[in-house]
Amino acid sequence: MAKLEQQLKGIMRWVDDRLPVTETYEKHMSKYYAPKNFNIWYIFGVLSFVVLVNQLLTGIWLTMSYTPTGEGAFKSIEYIMRDVEYGWLLRYMHSTGASAFFVVVYLHMFRGLMYGSYQKPRELIWVFGMLIYLALMAEGFFGYLLPWGNMSYWGAQVIVSLAGAIPVVGDSLAVWVRGDFNMSGITLNRFFALHVVAVPIVLLVLVVLHILALHEVGSNNPDGVDIKKHLDEDGKPLDGIPFHPYYTIGHDVPAIIMFLIIFSAVMFFFPDGGGYLLEHPNYEPADPLKTPNLIAPVWYYTPYYSMLRAATFPLFGMTAKFWGLVVMAGAIAILFVVPWLDKSPVKSMRYKGLPSKLFLTAFVICFFILGYLGTVHPTPMRTIVAQICTAIYFAFFLLMPWYTSVEKTKPVPDRVT
Amino acid sequence: MLKTILIPLTLLLAAMGVQASEAGYPLDHMEPDVHDQPSLQRGMQTYMNYCMGCHSLQYQRYKRTADDLGIPDALMLEHLVFDPATKIGDLITNNMSTENAKKWFGAAPPDLTLHNNLKGGPDWIYTYLRTFYADSKRPLGVNNLVFENVGMPHALVGLQGTQNYVCKQVPRLAANGGGMRDPLTDEYITEELCGNELVERGYNPLELVEGSGSLSVAEYDQVVYDLANFLYYMAEPARLERTRVGWYVLLFLAFFYVFAWLLGREYHKAFHK
Repeated sequence: MAKLEQQLKGIMRWVDDRLPVTETYEKHMSKYYAPKNFNIWYIFGVLSFVVLVNQLLTGIWLTMSYTPTGEGAFKSIEYIMRDVEYGWLLRYMHSTGASAFFVVVYLHMFRGLMYGSYQKPRELIWVFGMLIYLALMAEGFFGYLLPWGNMSYWGAQVIVSLAGAIPVVGDSLAVWVRGDFNMSGITLNRFFALHVVAVPIVLLVLVVLHILALHEVGSNNPDGVDIKKHLDEDGKPLDGIPFHPYYTIGHDVPAIIMFLIIFSAVMFFFPDGGGYLLEHPNYEPADPLKTPNLIAPVWYYTPYYSMLRAATFPLFGMTAKFWGLVVMAGAIAILFVVPWLDKSPVKSMRYKGLPSKLFLTAFVICFFILGYLGTVHPTPMRTIVAQICTAIYFAFFLLMPWYTSVEKTKPVPDRVT
Repeated sequence: MLKTILIPLTLLLAAMGVQASEAGYPLDHMEPDVHDQPSLQRGMQTYMNYCMGCHSLQYQRYKRTADDLGIPDALMLEHLVFDPATKIGDLITNNMSTENAKKWFGAAPPDLTLHNNLKGGPDWIYTYLRTFYADSKRPLGVNNLVFENVGMPHALVGLQGTQNYVCKQVPRLAANGGGMRDPLTDEYITEELCGNELVERGYNPLELVEGSGSLSVAEYDQVVYDLANFLYYMAEPARLERTRVGWYVLLFLAFFYVFAWLLGREYHKAFHK
């Protein structure tokens, strides 16, 4: 036995001399010290990784049976659903996974906003995270066209035609994106290439950067205190515990299983989510002559879609559609600069003042309201509500430098609580 | 902080609406049952005899349907497949050309494999097939409450019989929302309402011409139920397996969770000591 152990150690040494396997493992797992006061909000990073793996694996298998052409796409989806062994399972894992991805990513982002995880020195982590979010939205958008259902078609048509609102180059830009004067099989083919090759590569690179940047400075925590200030005689943080095995086995595995239970309940029993995860008009093939009664994107884009529609009047000689595009793009762009908008001396919402708490609450409520409004027909009243919520959405960010610097904060404890 | 998320979410769920057809006619609800094989078999029989000539089920195969519905292949081929060249593994297609169909009906009859899901459930077809009525202004002599100015003839008219769009004597509403009664005789005071006014009050604006169809109202409703149930199955044949596998997966995960939690607790103790 001892001899075998010696041999294995010898092999490991041989590898380590050529590739820093043990060093990497220690740096990122067994000797990566995470604050010991993590709560439930700290599970969504791990969960988004779980969903990412699910999307990659099911995606690969779906690609094996999918036909990326205007003539064959819709039919091949039904082929997967009926004739491919467990094809229905692969597809539902992928379609439910898409929604689950946004659920966990939104909760992960909310955690960041709540505990100030973007503040110095974690600005880059936040920026990489936002790039991941952007790539994820692109990935979801390209992927949504692939079933080539009527909502796929018209949803993509509405979004691509937005490019047409850009002055001068808009129309040519829209044609360039589509590769055609209308949405067509050509568009489907390029979206397929982007969905299965280009964007996933970008996503994976960004995820690696996100984690590398995190492990360089260490995780924030619900108190927003720096655990590296108090080290023991070995130089380990007193309030830190090794990520592996304490968080992996101690927290993450049970949480992942709990997540899988919820995920499976939805996937096996409500795979179309009442028309919110798989929309009803998508059960007929793309038809350029038949516009669905209500064109609504999938729920994870609807807050931004509401903001797009909330711009109803032309301004400075530009069309309302153009301003809608500006508002929508601005709503996403502004997220990138949050680390520099927050002037508060404290990180966590626990120690920030009342204005911060109220603004964050209003922001979340408005995000939900905008999300709901994006799924229904606009009426004059709803448009006004959407405009108010859009204003609050932007106020949360644009007024942040003001309210975070004037509010009275509570004293932050020296050690984690 | 959890409240920040939960309260708007509850409001959102509460805001989701009630179902009605595009024409605004409220849909009758039916509870589909994919485990009721006799119902599905009768539904398929009706489908193959009355619908298949125009509406294909092009994404589904005969074999899969036979297996799921518990119909032996030979019986299926003998009684439900009318083209002798068709093999059991073929897709359920028909021979109507799109150009002809457009000429005859103004629009090609849609494939119905996914119709149930397109309409968000079986209620639409269940109501639609029971709300045809005679309308001399329409080219085919019929109209429909759920699908206004529909281009399709009433294929099941021989079974159901003719319905007319009528005005009915219904109780006048009292101020308290109940039926108004004569204070002396205690009988309802009625008023004549037509069309949408009847629908709004919850009355059916159609009246069956007695003896014009071969089935009773209850028998016809059953035929339509079976057909809608069959199309409910057809939209997602994996539904049967999906829910069955789903329970096993959930049971396994619940079992796994107990041990993962127990193991996790040991690690938890170790770092909180």
